Amino acid sequence: MPSQEVFNWLRTRFFPHIWCPGCGHGIIMHSLLRALVDLKKKKTETVIASGIGCSSRMVGYIDACTVHTTHGRSLAFATGIKLANPELTVVDVMGDGDCTAIGGNHFIHACRRNIDITAIVMNNNIYGMTGGQVSPTTPVGSLATTSPYGAIDPSFDICKLAEGAGASYVARTTIANPKQAEQFIKAGINNKGFSVVEILTHCHTQFGRRNKRRTPIDNVNFFKANSVPLNKAQEMSPEELAEKIVVGEFVKREIPEYTAQYLSIIERVGGLKNGK
Amino acid sequence: MPDVAFWQGNEALAHGALAAGCRFFAGYPITPSTEIAEIMAEELPKLNGRFIQMEDEIAGIAATIGGSIAGRKALTATSGPGFSLKQENLGFAYIAEIPIVVVDVMRGGPSTGLPTRTAQQDVMQARWGTHGDHGTICYAPSSVQECYEIAIKAFNAAERYRQPVLILSDEIIGHMREKVVPPTIKPEDLVERKRPTDIPEKFVPYRPDPKDDLPCMASFGDGYTWHITGLTHNDWGFPTNNSDEIEKMMKRLMRKIDRFRDDIVEYETVLTDDADVLVLAYGSVARTSLRAVHEARTRGIKAGFFRPITLWPFPDKELEKLARKVKTIIVPELNCGQMVLEVERAVHGKAKVVAQNLVNGELFKPEDILSVIEEVA
Repeated sequence: MPSQEVFNWLRTRFFPHIWCPGCGHGIIMHSLLRALVDLKKKKTETVIASGIGCSSRMVGYIDACTVHTTHGRSLAFATGIKLANPELTVVDVMGDGDCTAIGGNHFIHACRRNIDITAIVMNNNIYGMTGGQVSPTTPVGSLATTSPYGAIDPSFDICKLAEGAGASYVARTTIANPKQAEQFIKAGINNKGFSVVEILTHCHTQFGRRNKRRTPIDNVNFFKANSVPLNKAQEMSPEELAEKIVVGEFVKREIPEYTAQYLSIIERVGGLKNGK
Repeated sequence: MPDVAFWQGNEALAHGALAAGCRFFAGYPITPSTEIAEIMAEELPKLNGRFIQMEDEIAGIAATIGGSIAGRKALTATSGPGFSLKQENLGFAYIAEIPIVVVDVMRGGPSTGLPTRTAQQDVMQARWGTHGDHGTICYAPSSVQECYEIAIKAFNAAERYRQPVLILSDEIIGHMREKVVPPTIKPEDLVERKRPTDIPEKFVPYRPDPKDDLPCMASFGDGYTWHITGLTHNDWGFPTNNSDEIEKMMKRLMRKIDRFRDDIVEYETVLTDDADVLVLAYGSVARTSLRAVHEARTRGIKAGFFRPITLWPFPDKELEKLARKVKTIIVPELNCGQMVLEVERAVHGKAKVVAQNLVNGELFKPEDILSVIEEVA
């Protein structure tokens, strides 16, 4: 059961939630709420944006300033919100479709700008809500309704993509390690810049049942068996890592943050005296 | 603000937006609207406003909506291809009732079309471009002075009615230079969005105020928590599949334009009292048309002029009254016949409607329109 502090962040009025029994998304929501409670964030100064799909429905259940936007566009909305009022804490929850397919452009540009937003990518390797179609993170060979003979296109490595595009904090974990998820989300929110926390989760309903991970516990066991901490992974060959999930903090770097730079321009051109 | 300026239409729109209190712009470069973004990039930081060039047109309007949600009057500007891309999030702003102003400086289409030439091919897209039913407020300026004034009206309407408001300019109006006398703007001339008066615990974000049927709007960061979604929602802003709640939301969205239609609609008439032939035109074409009407009068033809300033809602009742008196209505447009359909709907057979269309990237010459007036007179 969640603590009372976590419970206070829930809009129980809108329960029951829409997720399937055993869905991993609730574990991520709980990790996020524990992080927000632990960081003593105020609900009225915390914005949580989302895109479209099962992941996006999380924001409806969280009592904060929440915006459920269009598919893939949540980071563009969140960028506008953060720039308009940099004092707000802005978190963006998205699925693998939001992040790496329809919203890929917004994702790489948010990384490039290093705007102070924490993106939590709930990667379940599938389009769950629409019935199990192949996504850009579906592993090669996996079955989906639109890859009935096995996926042939290579999948994205979201963390490498974020690192290459310029994010200042990048980490990955799985729902089998919710304490680590909480720790990475906290580190992401505390980072003054664009943070990406990829959390592998499962869709046993749409991915698992077609790919020999039929029950929620099959998936948790899969994550536990295949997670490799970053320091251990550094000693392994690419062949040994082929089917593994490398978890840990990949990027922690201090680079100028977008809204801070914009505010310094405002100061330079004398805009501060002109109010909002 | 200068007493007198010699501005392009795009400059006047940008300065008008700033005078209206616009303090946020997000967009993407596109001809022939880019000057608006350039001016906002230079001027907004001086006013503690915010400008951001986004990665694409879709992100431009998304960030603009975000800026408005965080409490700033927000603008984006584009042209045809970008206006197509913006339709998705324009729909979001309609259903979530987020005030923004979107400028489309029209050029020729379809697709990349004619980036540097003028057209009026987006007027139906302005009304019906995004999927689903919604009311539309859309202004069409026909002078540089009017660009400035309409920018202020558009922001006032967006904040008053809590929805996107469109300004359809065109390449001629956007790039033409004219004398502008910026009116003095007093605080009471500007509409600010209605803030909630309920304490945060009692705030129901989409519950309409019984006085005007419009909900108040809190901003993220000013003490309220609330949920915004592009899904059909109830008064709590929470997604619903309940038939009664769906219908309630849809009917209120449509009603807010119907109910305030007479306050929103604007048009101009010249020499219509005794007119037999009426020329109905908007935007750049209105200028040519007015000249042709005056010329026709010197030749003894009883010609009149009708200019919708709001294309949407269309001044249909007002036109219908005139249609009872005139014999023929000529509708010159820089497209293959779009607003003429709305004219036919409004007139409903009471006068003959003649379409005059030009789609070669040029503007009509007064004598082109005059010759049609003479033909029908």
